[in-house]
Amino acid sequence: MLNSKIPPGALENKWNDYKGHVKLVNPSNKRNIEIIIVGTGLAGASAASSLGELGYKVKAFCFQDSPRRAHSIAAQGGINAAKNYQNDGDSVFRLFYDTVKGGDYRAREANVHRLAEVSVSIIDQCVAQGVPFAREYGGLLSNRSFGGTQVQRTFYAAGQTGQQLLIGAYQSLERQVALGNVEMYARHEMLDIVKIDGKARGIIARNLVTGKLERHFGHAVLLCSGGYGNVFYLSTNALGSNVTASWKAHKQGALFGNPCFTQIHPTCIPVSGDHQSKLTLMSESLRNDGRIWVPLKPNDTRKAADIPEDERDYYLERRYPAFGNLVPRDVASRAAKERCDAGYGVGNSKQAVYLDFASSIQRYGQAEVSKRGLSNIDHAGVMALGEEVVKEKYGNLFDMYQKITGENPYETAMRIYPAVHYTMGGLWVDYELMTTVPGLYALGEANFSDHGANRLGASALMQGLADGYFVIPYTVGNYLADQLAVKSIPVDHPAFLQAEKEVSDRINRLMSIQGKQTAESFHKRLGKIMWNKCGMARSEEGLKEAIEEIRALKKEFWSDLRIPGIVEEMNPELDKANRVADFIELGELMCIDALDRNESCGGHFREESQTEEGEAKRDDQDFAYVSAWEFKGEHNWELHKEPLEFEVAKPSQRSYK
Amino acid sequence: MKWSEFFTSSVGKKFVMGFTGLFLISFLVIHVGLNACIWANDNGVMFNKAAHFMGSMVVIRIMEVGLLAGIFLHAIQGLVLTAQNYKRRSVGYAVPMGNTGSPWYSRWMGLLGTLILLFLILHWYNFWIPSRFTGVEEVFIDNKPYDNLYGLMLLTFSNWWVVIVYVLGCISLAYHLMQGFHAAFKSLGFHNRKYLVVIRNVGNVFSIVVSGAFAMMPISMKLGWVS
Amino acid sequence: MEHYNMNLTLKVWRQQNTRTAGRFETYKVSEVSSEMSFLEMIDVLNERLTSEGKEPIAFDHDCREGICGSCAMYINGRPHGPWHANTTCQLHMRAYKDGDTIVVEPWRANAFPVIKDLMVDRSAFDRIVQAGGYISVNTGNAVDANAVAVEKEKADESFANAMCIACGACVAACKNSSAMLFMSAKVAHLSLLPQGAPERNTRVVNMVAQMDKEGFGSCTFQGACESVCPKEIKITSIARLHGEYLSAGLTSNK
Ligand SMILES: Cc1cc2nc3c(=O)[nH]c(=O)nc-3n(C[C@H](O)[C@H](O)[C@H](O)COP(=O)(O)OP(=O)(O)OC[C@H]3O[C@@H](n4cnc5c(N)ncnc54)[C@H](O)[C@@H]3O)c2cc1C
Ligand code: HEM
Ligand code: FES
Repeated sequence: MLNSKIPPGALENKWNDYKGHVKLVNPSNKRNIEIIIVGTGLAGASAASSLGELGYKVKAFCFQDSPRRAHSIAAQGGINAAKNYQNDGDSVFRLFYDTVKGGDYRAREANVHRLAEVSVSIIDQCVAQGVPFAREYGGLLSNRSFGGTQVQRTFYAAGQTGQQLLIGAYQSLERQVALGNVEMYARHEMLDIVKIDGKARGIIARNLVTGKLERHFGHAVLLCSGGYGNVFYLSTNALGSNVTASWKAHKQGALFGNPCFTQIHPTCIPVSGDHQSKLTLMSESLRNDGRIWVPLKPNDTRKAADIPEDERDYYLERRYPAFGNLVPRDVASRAAKERCDAGYGVGNSKQAVYLDFASSIQRYGQAEVSKRGLSNIDHAGVMALGEEVVKEKYGNLFDMYQKITGENPYETAMRIYPAVHYTMGGLWVDYELMTTVPGLYALGEANFSDHGANRLGASALMQGLADGYFVIPYTVGNYLADQLAVKSIPVDHPAFLQAEKEVSDRINRLMSIQGKQTAESFHKRLGKIMWNKCGMARSEEGLKEAIEEIRALKKEFWSDLRIPGIVEEMNPELDKANRVADFIELGELMCIDALDRNESCGGHFREESQTEEGEAKRDDQDFAYVSAWEFKGEHNWELHKEPLEFEVAKPSQRSYK
Repeated sequence: MKWSEFFTSSVGKKFVMGFTGLFLISFLVIHVGLNACIWANDNGVMFNKAAHFMGSMVVIRIMEVGLLAGIFLHAIQGLVLTAQNYKRRSVGYAVPMGNTGSPWYSRWMGLLGTLILLFLILHWYNFWIPSRFTGVEEVFIDNKPYDNLYGLMLLTFSNWWVVIVYVLGCISLAYHLMQGFHAAFKSLGFHNRKYLVVIRNVGNVFSIVVSGAFAMMPISMKLGWVS
Repeated sequence: MEHYNMNLTLKVWRQQNTRTAGRFETYKVSEVSSEMSFLEMIDVLNERLTSEGKEPIAFDHDCREGICGSCAMYINGRPHGPWHANTTCQLHMRAYKDGDTIVVEPWRANAFPVIKDLMVDRSAFDRIVQAGGYISVNTGNAVDANAVAVEKEKADESFANAMCIACGACVAACKNSSAMLFMSAKVAHLSLLPQGAPERNTRVVNMVAQMDKEGFGSCTFQGACESVCPKEIKITSIARLHGEYLSAGLTSNK
């Protein structure tokens, strides 16, 4: 059933060969073809503008009030590309290899190689759009390094890289809107896919302002709806990020790939109390200069600054001397959890470790002293100079930290703890980014494709833009070339009416429960179950419990939910309830998937599968496959396996020691 | 872009404001310089001569027309802009921002301008109309006849309420210029931050010194500091 | 940091939709932790309202870390509340003390009609960008990223303007409801880069025309916008925009 459509030939020629032979749609035909794009993050905005430029008639949807506010805006650290501007040994191959290895050998080689190939054009395109990446004094682009790599290939714009990239894509999108090639539907939420003769032909969307349901036709539908980290309630994702679009597609027949692969980011601001609505990321780029440590003594209550150097445990540097503080995220997160569980945590909650900039500030300060030829500078003077350098690099992140915690990170070490950040899992797609429903595509974080079991930092932005700018414009044509005979289907076609009715029925059911509990409270409870039992460490017993608990929660949700207000009006509680209902179902599938995968790989850590030193133990013999789950009915999924073959990057036990 | 588009756009309108504003400022410089002659304390000889010199130059007479046009353009455009801008927010705030983000006088340019205009009407009535149309008593200096504007000033400023109105007019002008001076440069597209700091300071000093000098004239006369 | 709890009185603007009139409602919220964010405090109130079967307060928000520009509340006479260079979602309750009364209003400007409660329609901003806030480069047209060096100072200045999050606080603060700070940030971002040069003239002219059409006021250089901008965009950008506009308008041949 699963055909990944990987082109034949040598790895490095696959994409070129594919492009050379793929079917094309001629310009006059493009004008008659409509494409629906759900989502305007990096993936959606880049796809919408590129397809609009090609001449397709595009309709783009997002639930925010403007496409520019998609969650991609929040990405901080940077975007990778194999430019090798630093002359430090980078290449397309190395980016490919790092990504496959970083993903713990659970990604498809062909996709990853293509990603590494087009990464180079992404930077060119963005610079041409006016994305103001950081530059050196000579006027050329600057790079930094990210976790899991030993080269500097990350392009950045202070701590606001996602914002700058998204604004670039958004501006291109708005240009197409102005030219009449793209119609933008902001404050709209897609609530179902419409299928006709087995093919995706449109969507049902709710106008969030009027509450009315709308039917939209498209020859193809592209889901660029982002990740589902909010299934954990607390995550670094924006509050609106949700799984609804993907989940509806899943229930309409699209397989869900590796749902349990979740990335827990090691450096986030710790939870402060029950009121917490989200967690804030402190970019991975901070690990370029910050050193992570805990006290050597358990339950040490002294202030960070009062703990002398020889009573500190820089545990990442100790355990992984080769990569030190720049080990991949999964490794760093587990190491933090290990220390805290063992009683070495810091802060009130003891669920935190230090991220300390003192030594970098001093180092930079000294460099400034010699650069400027200063003499007679005392320690405080050196530190002040160093602070300036650090401020230029990470100023906005430090400000963010201070606003949230009220503490000054230039003076006291930051307290950080891992938090849910990204979902490698997503809709299963083939090489062309098409799901198992013909004509239905998934791009960006919404698909499962390129990061295996763990994503390297600065690779999600790369993937989103690769999919939208450079992959889908080719691959979608291959499908559409066969659809030229299909005229626009009027939206009073019975399939549209039927789909609308189903959506409307479900909304009415939700509204009529009239119980006592809020959608938010169910979401919080779901999040707790997921974090405790399907979070950083997972066990057979815990997962089985979790599945039962989630099923019970679902029952309770559908019998005791309360939504005030009415349907045909703006009703944010109704929207939230719609999303939480889908999260609950997804949570169950994630646990089922995690239970099935009795190995540890990347972000997925099964307690049953670890080495004596507590490192993750992968099982290539039994689990070198993508789990693609087919929805069969309530609580019922069928597993399909896409075997993974590694011809070039031969799997080895990942080591960062 | 057509002229009509340019001048009806919000930026074009501000260009007119800034341009006429700076033009009026340049006039103020001349005006204050000329009037300062009253402090020569020579019974108005220098002042009357200077006024005569100005009044008899063709260039100045042409510029006077421009000045009048400038004032009206500036005043009308300013009031129109104020009214238009006011209408951009039909429902106001229950808790206004007040002076937390901007000095009060910057928000009251329309009112300050109107006060200046009222003052100007009085001013024209007092001096300009007599000097140009209805005629001013003559005085002989070196056997030549001159309009005795100095005498007219003495007479006019013997009245307390006139002095008070003039001083109020000058205070309005000072505040109007504290905001107007730097704003005019910005309206004309001046954006170098280093120079703008200088412009702001020069503007403040200019506003206070020039308006202060004007205000001192009626006061000096009333209090008999000049004779 | 020391933590404490407080009891507060909230006066919040409630409005069913664009067509109906609104009014203030008063709410008491108790046991608010100083560690909460302002929006989390509203969340707590909303949870209470919802479980009482009342409609919660509608407001825009998404990222909750000061970057998406969704959140928009005019708090006690200031857009985004009392902190400098801050968004509503980054405001934390340690800014308040026990017994405080907080008045929360939506952005007020005719160009930003209220949709519901504290939620306003800022789509005018998108239309201003459509009028020219971009560089026309189709996908695939680009030369190598390092082919053109950009003076660091200009690149940094461009970036400082590109940081705008389009929250609309500048409009909310401006007595003229002018969108100039927003628009000038875009114009400066693009015109400071060599890539943006070819469209420099048409960009500024068309964007200004659109802003006027949307019903925003003009700039009087009072500086209220600058004082509330979460990203510290400078009013000198507006002066720059004026310059760009004048040179475009006065040098064009038609
Ligand atoms: C705090 C943070 C920092 C990050 N930093 C980095 C980094 O430095 N480097 C990096 O590479 N990656 C980073 N990431 C990851 C990266 O930002 C995301 O993976 C990526 O931006 C996802 O882009 P996207 O286009 O797939 O989806 P999104 O940007 O999430 O966009 C989703 C879009 O779909 C729309 N949508 C969703 N559901 C519906 C629906 N039902 N109906 C209508 N519209 C819908 C939304 O409105 C939105 O427009 C970071 C992530 C976070 C959370
Ligand atoms: C000697 C007389 C005056 C001088 C020197 C003067 C000067 C200025 C200057 C320099 C500005 C700044 C322009 C800008 O922002 O670009 C200004 C603004 C303004 N002036 Fe005057 N002005 C004078 C009289 C008046 C009068 C008589 C009126 C109206 C009745 C007036 C109304 C205004 C208004 C409303 C503004 C603000 C316009 C805006 O920014 O929208 N001024 N003035
Ligand atoms: S919610 Fe994104 S900026 Fe406040």
